[in-house]
Amino acid sequence: MSERLAVRKTYKLFIGGAFPRSESGRSYAVTDAKGRFVANASQASRKDARDAVTAARKAFPGWSGRTAYNRGQILYRVAEMLEGRRDQFADEVRRAGASKSGAAAEVDAAIDRWVWYAGWADKLPAVAGASNPVSGPFFNFSTPEPAGVVAVIAPDSPLLGLVSVVAPVIVSGNTCVVVASEPAPLPSITLAEVLATSDLPGGVVNVLTGRRDEIAPWLASHMDVNGIDLTGSAGGDVPGLEDKAAGNLKRVLRPRPGFGAWTDDPGTARMTAFLETKTVWHPVGV
Amino acid sequence: MVSGSRAFEYAPAPESRAVVDIRASYGLFVNGEFVDGHGEPFKSINPADETVLADIACADATDVDRAVAAARTAFDTVWGPMPGRERAKYLYRIARIIQERSRELAVLESIDNGKPIRESRDVDVPLVAAWFFYYAGWADKLPYAGFGPDPRPVGVAAQVIPWNFPLLMLAWKIAPALACGNTVVLKPAETTPLTALLFADICRQAELPPGVVNIITGAGETGRALVAHGGVDKVAFTGSTEVGRQIARVLAGTGTKLTLELGGKAANIVYADAALDQAVEGIVNGIFFNQGHVCCAGSRLLVQESVAEEVLERLKTRMATLRVGDPLDKNTDVGAINSAEQLAKIRELSAAGEAEGATAWSPPCELPAQGFWFAPTVFTGVAQSHRIAREEIFGPVLSVLTFRTPDEAVTKANNTPYGLSAGVWTEKGSQILWTAQRLRAGVVWANTFNKFDPASPFGGYKESGFGREGGRHGLEGYLDV
Repeated sequence: MSERLAVRKTYKLFIGGAFPRSESGRSYAVTDAKGRFVANASQASRKDARDAVTAARKAFPGWSGRTAYNRGQILYRVAEMLEGRRDQFADEVRRAGASKSGAAAEVDAAIDRWVWYAGWADKLPAVAGASNPVSGPFFNFSTPEPAGVVAVIAPDSPLLGLVSVVAPVIVSGNTCVVVASEPAPLPSITLAEVLATSDLPGGVVNVLTGRRDEIAPWLASHMDVNGIDLTGSAGGDVPGLEDKAAGNLKRVLRPRPGFGAWTDDPGTARMTAFLETKTVWHPVGV
Repeated sequence: MVSGSRAFEYAPAPESRAVVDIRASYGLFVNGEFVDGHGEPFKSINPADETVLADIACADATDVDRAVAAARTAFDTVWGPMPGRERAKYLYRIARIIQERSRELAVLESIDNGKPIRESRDVDVPLVAAWFFYYAGWADKLPYAGFGPDPRPVGVAAQVIPWNFPLLMLAWKIAPALACGNTVVLKPAETTPLTALLFADICRQAELPPGVVNIITGAGETGRALVAHGGVDKVAFTGSTEVGRQIARVLAGTGTKLTLELGGKAANIVYADAALDQAVEGIVNGIFFNQGHVCCAGSRLLVQESVAEEVLERLKTRMATLRVGDPLDKNTDVGAINSAEQLAKIRELSAAGEAEGATAWSPPCELPAQGFWFAPTVFTGVAQSHRIAREEIFGPVLSVLTFRTPDEAVTKANNTPYGLSAGVWTEKGSQILWTAQRLRAGVVWANTFNKFDPASPFGGYKESGFGREGGRHGLEGYLDV
């Protein structure tokens, strides 16, 4: 009896709720910390990035129109699904270079991060909104609203970092196109499998794997993208990406040295970076 | 039929100019003193009669250096370390002096800008005082503003403001910046520097420490030197989307904090069940307030098809009663266009409207022979693709489009790269909220228009810029958060 041969997973992209290969037909080899081959990841193209933006735009009205309670439940559901696949994620994070205990801790922290952000869905408007005491017979209130489609250049922390940049963007109703860690992209696609089974509507999160410096400029200059998180961009690429983002005045979250470790208290800044404040006036009278 | 006739005749009621004392020339206000500029001086003129008001110094790169250095020193040694409660008292002082000198400020603003005295007196200047009074109160309450227990100022703020609300835009910029502990270098627009220079005198009367507020004058070159200056920690700009884009590009990769309040092409939606007379007042206020030199002007009227004819008829009747003329006449509704350059732009876009097939209408009105004037104008037969429906005209020109269903109204309203403001007129509360939720705009006026308040956040979505001015939200752009 020979040993059973493992059935390997094909890692593809995640666009509009489906798992297509890159339209370019390209892939790149992902290796573990010791340089051993792990899998071929899809190498997304400019066309894939555009398709992902189209999917994100299409999903925006529905997702932003959900009640905050519903979005919170779906994000919590993501945590539940992730919890059930802890071993699988721990394996993948290990292969990306973490120690056994480090990988387990990262998975735990990533699950807890979804729970933290899930609870924000119906509290953010209370913290970031206001009723404003204007000087006149008017009722005036401000509510936070999602900015729209957000491009996210994810950091190399393959799971906790990824979750920490995606969850704050979508919890308020934005939809996003994520460019995963280039050296450690595999957990992002496995996370996409979790998202696809958590009642998250297709297109709310779209995941591209490939070369950051190839894909990011197209997202930064895309006229139907409203914001961009440059957290995972190399410092030298930031000025060029910001320059492109100025074309349609995207909201830009710049990488900051002060961001600290992914295990730190996340605060609210990643959520508020992609919010608009809408203020409504109405006269008071009889 | 009232159209074309006048229900009332008015005798001229000019506000006295005696209250203002315009000097022959003005320097730059740097480190608490008026100093000479090293650029080529320019003239500020009265747009209502084209007379020269004063020679204005122009700041070159060395003057910008000097102003930024003065602001840095004041930040490091005086204003940054000062307890919030002391900063607050300076701002309250400034608010009080603005109230005390309100008539002088209003008259000077109308002379330099061309806006009716009724508006500078009743809208601009009271809001300026209110803005300082409001943000004064935040100066010692910042730990409670929701930005952490000890939010720090950013440092030196470079602020570039437009000519449509010269003093009010100064207040929107300087009041929150100072309240948060920043020092500023502000550049007013080259056509309207006089009230900013009078404000410098108010700072001296308030004994504000030298260097906390620096005011430098000049045109685009001065503005570019200021926003690109390496010693600046924060840039705040109000003006055109095109210039805003350029500034965002200049600051790419620098880490300099940036807020932008840019152009707009606001939809003003009138549903069939609206109170039509009130809606017509709102339409008029929306587009003819301040000669339409308003980034949030309701320049696209979207009227439900079933009432379109009636609304247009009432609108034309109302437009025929607008009094266009001397900005200092207390009866004037629509004043002068701010500059020859702006007038040329309005004329160019209006001509494009007619060339593209829309129909222009203006009430019979006699325009003064001297100065820059444009009659209130409404365009019908406008398609969404027309330039007058897409580009910001920044003048008293209204484009009228129609819709049948609420969905169509929202789709048309959002069909623009801008997203600064919008209006909704209906007597049905649920329809107001339904519409307001779907409009991609930072300010939605329901059954009202063009209302402003220091407690109310203001700012745009999309290409209308980012950041908010006013309210608690207005602090964020001036805190290191």
